[in-house]
Amino acid sequence: MTKVSMTVNGRAVSGDVEGRTLLSTFLREGLALTGTHVGCDTSQCGACVVHVNGAPVKSCTVFALDLEGATIRTIEGMANADGSLSPLQQAFQDHHGLQCGFCTPGMVMSSAALLAENPRPTPQEVRAYLDGNICRCTGYHNIVKAVLAASGQDVSAVAAE
Amino acid sequence: MHNFDFVKPSSLAEAVKAMQAEGAQALSGGQTLISTMKQRLAAPAVLVSLTGIAEMKGVSVAGRVMTIGAATPHAVVAKEAAKAYPALAALAGGIGDPAVRSRGTIGGSLANNDPAACYPAGVLASAATIVTSRREIAADDFFQGLFTTALEEGEIITAVRFPIPDRAAYAKFLQPASRFSLTSAFVARTGSAVRVAITGASENGVFRWTEGERALSANFSPQAVKGLKANADDMIGDLHGSKAYRAALVGVMTARAVAMAMA
Ligand SMILES: Cc1cc2nc3c(=O)[nH]c(=O)nc-3n(C[C@H](O)[C@H](O)[C@H](O)COP(=O)(O)OP(=O)(O)OC[C@H]3O[C@@H](n4cnc5c(N)ncnc54)[C@H](O)[C@@H]3O)c2cc1C
Ligand code: FES
Ligand code: FES
Repeated sequence: MTKVSMTVNGRAVSGDVEGRTLLSTFLREGLALTGTHVGCDTSQCGACVVHVNGAPVKSCTVFALDLEGATIRTIEGMANADGSLSPLQQAFQDHHGLQCGFCTPGMVMSSAALLAENPRPTPQEVRAYLDGNICRCTGYHNIVKAVLAASGQDVSAVAAE
Repeated sequence: MHNFDFVKPSSLAEAVKAMQAEGAQALSGGQTLISTMKQRLAAPAVLVSLTGIAEMKGVSVAGRVMTIGAATPHAVVAKEAAKAYPALAALAGGIGDPAVRSRGTIGGSLANNDPAACYPAGVLASAATIVTSRREIAADDFFQGLFTTALEEGEIITAVRFPIPDRAAYAKFLQPASRFSLTSAFVARTGSAVRVAITGASENGVFRWTEGERALSANFSPQAVKGLKANADDMIGDLHGSKAYRAALVGVMTARAVAMAMA
């Protein structure tokens, strides 16, 4: 076991891990941050996306030890300071951007990374950016709508196609 | 996944030394290797991470030559190469999805030489040079068939050097389930010489389509390859597309790449 230290959601954390310990395992089992979901474990679904130094990363496909000293943000770090939902999370709720919610942590983290890079994306840009996030429930339209709404764009005319 | 010792050197010299250990393997972005290890198709005893080596990262341009550090993630190439070599930047920006592009690197992609990967097409069509910890290898000598390259045991790709063509484009026909390419073409023209590299189509991995190159060197237009079909014999046939379908796509995607390069 080797000690690894990183900053997760603004908090300095450390833990003992094996070489093969994935970031998703460290977050869920080491830090009890179970909001990060593991849908496939094969880099296909995007449910496990977190931010590593600001960039979206599939936490099931990176070793914890490779992230010594890194700054991580997970879905638990997305709410406002008072615990209320952030505008992006609230938009997912308002626009029915989730049903079972399994994909939602990854959807929110990927969407947040998109909006940080591109504050007013087009619907096409949202769809392209969420290419690696799979949802079995919603059919995606309401997710796209939620992201557009969170970016401050008027979505009243965007129907669920 | 079997366990292993993890080492993360901060210089190339240390990495070269670490690679001499019994059962050592390089780890770059991990977007291929970690899945392979989960399936126990690879079980290195020592994993040598290349992600902490500053001298292996970044994009630099000197005259008509662009150099990309082997450990540079796709997302960084998409941004930093956009001005000097837009066709290659677009290729990098179209690999997989944003999270894959945050971690996956050009060195890992070339060392892996997946028959449906994008970078091998860009590197072969550009006549790039693969720089390693031991030598320099011309793209024409580097790719040696399905998942096979000229790399020797313990050899590390450190950078890739691209002569920037006058005109170039990559036309990717997406295989939507894997997000790799079904059959894609990278076309590069310098002076009147044209190189065409095709990925996703052949059982032997990336290849130069010499028939297309000949036609395009005489007449650089989409019409020049209209109706030209690649030989279907050694094409990949699977549920996503038959051999004949892929052979037809070779011409179609090359024509699209030429149209993009002329735009
Ligand atoms: C969902 C998904 C979609 C993808 N879509 C595409 C796509 O559309 N197009 C595409 O081209 N690729 C695609 N990829 C693959 C991606 O580009 C990988 O990043 C790439 O193939 C491997 O690069 P890596 O840096 O992650 O290497 P790793 O996985 O770390 O390593 C791969 C192999 O290369 C060796 N290696 C790594 N670096 C070096 C080096 N510097 N010198 C010598 N050997 C080295 C390793 O030992 C290992 O054998 C996709 C991957 C995923 C998961
Ligand atoms: S659990 Fe990581 S991509 Fe599906
Ligand atoms: S809401 Fe159920 S998978 Fe997306």
